[in-house]
Amino acid sequence: MSDPNSSMPVPVQLTEQLSSLTAQQKAFLAGYLWAESNGAASAVVGLPAAAAVGGAPQRSITVISASATGNAAGIAKKLTEKLKSEALDVTLTSAGSYKARQLAKEDIVVISTSTQGDGEPPEEGVPLHSYLFGKKAPKLDGVSFAVIGLGDSSYPLFCQAGIDFDTKLGELGAERLMDRVDCDVDYEAASDAWIDAAVAKLKDVAGGSGAAVAGAVSAVDTYTHEESAYNKDNPYTATLLTSHPLVTDNAGRIIQHVEIDLDESGLQYQVGDALGIVTNNPSELVDEVLGLCGLSGDENIEGRAGTANIRQALAQQCDLNQLTPKFLADYAATAGSDDLSALVEDKDKLQDFQAWTPLVGLLDAYPQKLEAQRLYDGLKPLAPRLYSIASSQEEVGEEVHLCVGLVDIEANGRVYHGSASGLLSNRLEEGDEVQVFVEPNPRFRLPESGDTPVIMIGPGTGIAPFRAFMQQRNADGAQGRNWLFFGNRNYRDDFLYHAEWIEYRDSGLLHDVSLAWSRDGEDKVYVQDKIRENAEAFWQAIEEGAHIYVCGDASRMAKDVERAILDVIAEQGGKDEDDAVEYLNELREADRYQRDVY
Amino acid sequence: MSATDQDPKQANENPELIVQGKLADNERLKDESNYLRGTITNDLGDELSGGFRGDNFQLIRFHGMYAQDDRDIRPDLVARKLEPRKNVMLRCRLPGGIISPEQWLGIDKFATESTDYGSIRITNRQTFQFHGVLKENVKPMHQWLNQLGLDSLATAGDVNRNVLCTSNPVESQLQKEAYEWAKKLSEHLLPKTRAYAEIWLDKEKQFSTEDGIEDDEPILGKTYLPRKFKTTVIIPPHNDVDMHANDMNFVAIADKSGKKLLGFNAVVGGGLSFTHGMKHTFPTTAHDLGYIPAKKLLDCAEAIVSLQRDWGNRVDRTNAKTRYTIARVGLETFKAEVERRMDHQFKPVRPYELTERGDRIGWIQGEEGLHHLTLFVENGRLLGKKKEGAAEIARIHKGDFRLTANQNLIVAGVAEEDKAEIEAIAKAHGLIADTTEQRQRAMACVSLPTCPLAMAEAERYLPTLIDEIEVMLKKHGMEDEYIITRIAGCPNGCGRAMLAEMGLVGKAPGRYNLYLGGNRAGTRVPKQHLENATTEEILKEADTLIERWSKERNDGEEFGDFVIRAGVVKEIQCSATDFWD
Repeated sequence: MSDPNSSMPVPVQLTEQLSSLTAQQKAFLAGYLWAESNGAASAVVGLPAAAAVGGAPQRSITVISASATGNAAGIAKKLTEKLKSEALDVTLTSAGSYKARQLAKEDIVVISTSTQGDGEPPEEGVPLHSYLFGKKAPKLDGVSFAVIGLGDSSYPLFCQAGIDFDTKLGELGAERLMDRVDCDVDYEAASDAWIDAAVAKLKDVAGGSGAAVAGAVSAVDTYTHEESAYNKDNPYTATLLTSHPLVTDNAGRIIQHVEIDLDESGLQYQVGDALGIVTNNPSELVDEVLGLCGLSGDENIEGRAGTANIRQALAQQCDLNQLTPKFLADYAATAGSDDLSALVEDKDKLQDFQAWTPLVGLLDAYPQKLEAQRLYDGLKPLAPRLYSIASSQEEVGEEVHLCVGLVDIEANGRVYHGSASGLLSNRLEEGDEVQVFVEPNPRFRLPESGDTPVIMIGPGTGIAPFRAFMQQRNADGAQGRNWLFFGNRNYRDDFLYHAEWIEYRDSGLLHDVSLAWSRDGEDKVYVQDKIRENAEAFWQAIEEGAHIYVCGDASRMAKDVERAILDVIAEQGGKDEDDAVEYLNELREADRYQRDVY
Repeated sequence: MSATDQDPKQANENPELIVQGKLADNERLKDESNYLRGTITNDLGDELSGGFRGDNFQLIRFHGMYAQDDRDIRPDLVARKLEPRKNVMLRCRLPGGIISPEQWLGIDKFATESTDYGSIRITNRQTFQFHGVLKENVKPMHQWLNQLGLDSLATAGDVNRNVLCTSNPVESQLQKEAYEWAKKLSEHLLPKTRAYAEIWLDKEKQFSTEDGIEDDEPILGKTYLPRKFKTTVIIPPHNDVDMHANDMNFVAIADKSGKKLLGFNAVVGGGLSFTHGMKHTFPTTAHDLGYIPAKKLLDCAEAIVSLQRDWGNRVDRTNAKTRYTIARVGLETFKAEVERRMDHQFKPVRPYELTERGDRIGWIQGEEGLHHLTLFVENGRLLGKKKEGAAEIARIHKGDFRLTANQNLIVAGVAEEDKAEIEAIAKAHGLIADTTEQRQRAMACVSLPTCPLAMAEAERYLPTLIDEIEVMLKKHGMEDEYIITRIAGCPNGCGRAMLAEMGLVGKAPGRYNLYLGGNRAGTRVPKQHLENATTEEILKEADTLIERWSKERNDGEEFGDFVIRAGVVKEIQCSATDFWD
């Protein structure tokens, strides 16, 4: 290269100014000018612009997050920022807005994914997952990848989605840059270590030998939302306005309507979002645990929040309902029970036991004295519970409404309750404080246009976001058709918000209702049956551009509903199974099939 | 068009006799209903609501049903954001109140298995009601009734409703003839629309407007009557049917033997409903028109009904009943038009006398030697053990049952050899028990929790009120006497409190207007004595008045006569002027 000052076709002043720039600034400018010369950069400054400047070419990295509650997305974001500060060419995207067919064209792919309770990827990761596992899966020779998985070891298929992505990418010919890491509920330490390792690795393989070009966060980062002063780590102390039953006394269970006052917090939510509830354990339960363990409660432990006495720690920090296999194995080792030892060795039995037995059940059945620290260390951290919001601020202003099913847990011949559902249903009095935060769910949004038809499938408490949808569509004066699929046990005992749905129908806002009752009459009828029963109209609605929303139980309902929708697409659309799956994935990618399942 | 022109303007030669103005909304509703069909079928298929919507809410009345809900649990359900427990009350059509044991067992089964309250409610218009039938059971109910040979057409709504007939089974010959006429009247005046058969019994549609053949209502007309219309056939001197509560009555006149029916006195324009605070509404007794031979009965009835169809007030429903038509046009004009329409002149009224209204509880023997057992049913409500007892009797009974206008049940036509068994069943199930005349002659409408119009308790309060009055009668040495006591939960008249010696009409929970001064024969409307009084105030006043009655009464003087003579209330001679002054 000759003397730049004489050969560059630019004014001297400019080259002088350029010399004062940092390497990163120069890199940015190089890319910017390159794009400008190709007629692309005039629109936005700071958008991806990649160009190698001399030496070995820099490789481009795409970080994809598949997140349900934002943790996997948070890891992806943190990684991306660190890669950027190392001046690597990195693009961050959420799986929901990522076109799966792009994958074969990628250079380096990093996936951060969580796993649902049933081992499935989170909702937004489903299209990518099913693409990779489908018949049209691409060859990925030439693509490099790394995967980090998040999960909860108290579920049997721990981190399964991460395992799936990691295994499949390898099988399809991609090069694994580093070993996958599976993180448990308490994930920060593990994920931070992995991020550091990943940055080092990527710097090495993707940095190139010349100056780097700064990457940028994708313009379609779906996690951009107004940052509130309050979040999971800094919840807002709100006031419970009311908690009253939505079902009759014959319903055989309790489902509550809960109203919480956000007052002056400035907390904003959109319909489709969830509300996080910081929960705790009732003092009677804590006392029972202490008694069974032979503890006074005054023993100190070293915990996540420093030194605390065990009573306080059990009440505020520990999950007393969901035990982990690790804790069970540890407990069995000293319990002196052959039964329990045999049980923890049998995977199926262990899974079943773990699913149905809270801590008090274990302590009662296989008693042994436990040290406070050992108890504390064995228990999962008590995580906030997320509830799909059942209101629109257009209608309720500074309030937020929830629909809460009280979870019954049977043990020792008694009924205990879920921690958060018990808190909201029983333990809090009107006027009491409750700590909350808004958990955005950008993958569950009403269509932009009020004219777009909407199909809402939400049996049980899955109806919650649809109450919010209707409030919103009402406030917006939306003209599109609204079709509700709801189901529960009995029409007259647990038709949640029945009076409101009648009002919406009578006022012309709700156009169609399909109802399924599992304990009325001789046949058990479920929402998926109603979808099939209305196949023609359902298909017509899809063809007219309807957006389909599903909310509620992930383990069975969401699968059964999806099966029914696929059957309708195949039968009514004259498609074979593969084409139907493809069609549904297209709907998903077009945000026309959105799920909020748990 | 039919022989009887249905356009009131053309039918009536005196247009000034028609009330001009904007028609009541119910007129639009009937007009648009396509002969009572409305969109009832759509509501039956509606998954979302357990109720009937819009016009159908009213239209199902013409099919014998009222849309109701359980008001006891309504506030709780509303708080839970659930729909009130919507259901219907069904009222059967049972002219003269006669029902066979087989039919009884059928309705007993349905009440037990398919209604919320599990009861058979005998009404004071000689039929029964099912309370608390959920929507999914409504159509099966009609089909069930149909296979029993029963129906509920036109037992409510703006039509001629269930026709009453004196239950007296002793004068068997005369009663049989009177009953046959009651049945004929009911059938002659029934709506002719096929809507009932189509909607409930899945009968094919035979008429359609596209064919140019419409349903036809030669007597009632396309918009039916301006208001409800009630008819009785009565065998004096027994006034069990409470003649003066009805629009049209035919008083049976027998020959000297008392066994052969000759003809009838037509007596028109009775009615008891009024509206609190609306002085253009008032209860009133009926007026004698004149005598007709038996063979002219249907012509006469049709003339009266068609006149009311054409001249009745279709603008203001609170002034739409026959009695207001008569008050407006005058009895002579009314009578002349009836004569013109039936093409026959009334003869002067044959003398008749009404003496009392109660049923003769217990066994009586009829002319033909058969025995009849009248069972006292408090409030007409058969439930639990008593209802089981009635069903037990039905299983072995060879005669028939008669539902009386006093809400009692007659086991009629029992042979001597079957008496003991039936009596044993009745006793074992509490259907024969020691009761006072005070209790036997008391009456209440259904009211809470099912009636949507109820302002205060009626049926559920009556037993307590009678307990209290019994204590007072005893205290004042009057335990062999009785006061005809009736409670209505609102002023619409169902409980016939406006023909009681002591009538309570609901104003608000626990509060009633107290009316005094009716008589035992049921020929005088009582007068308001206390307004919006609590039950405590009413009981205190009753105690005072019973004490005075015991001390100051003339020999054998009835309570209702006493309170007038003693100046406690003024006698009502002309309701239009006296009721509110």
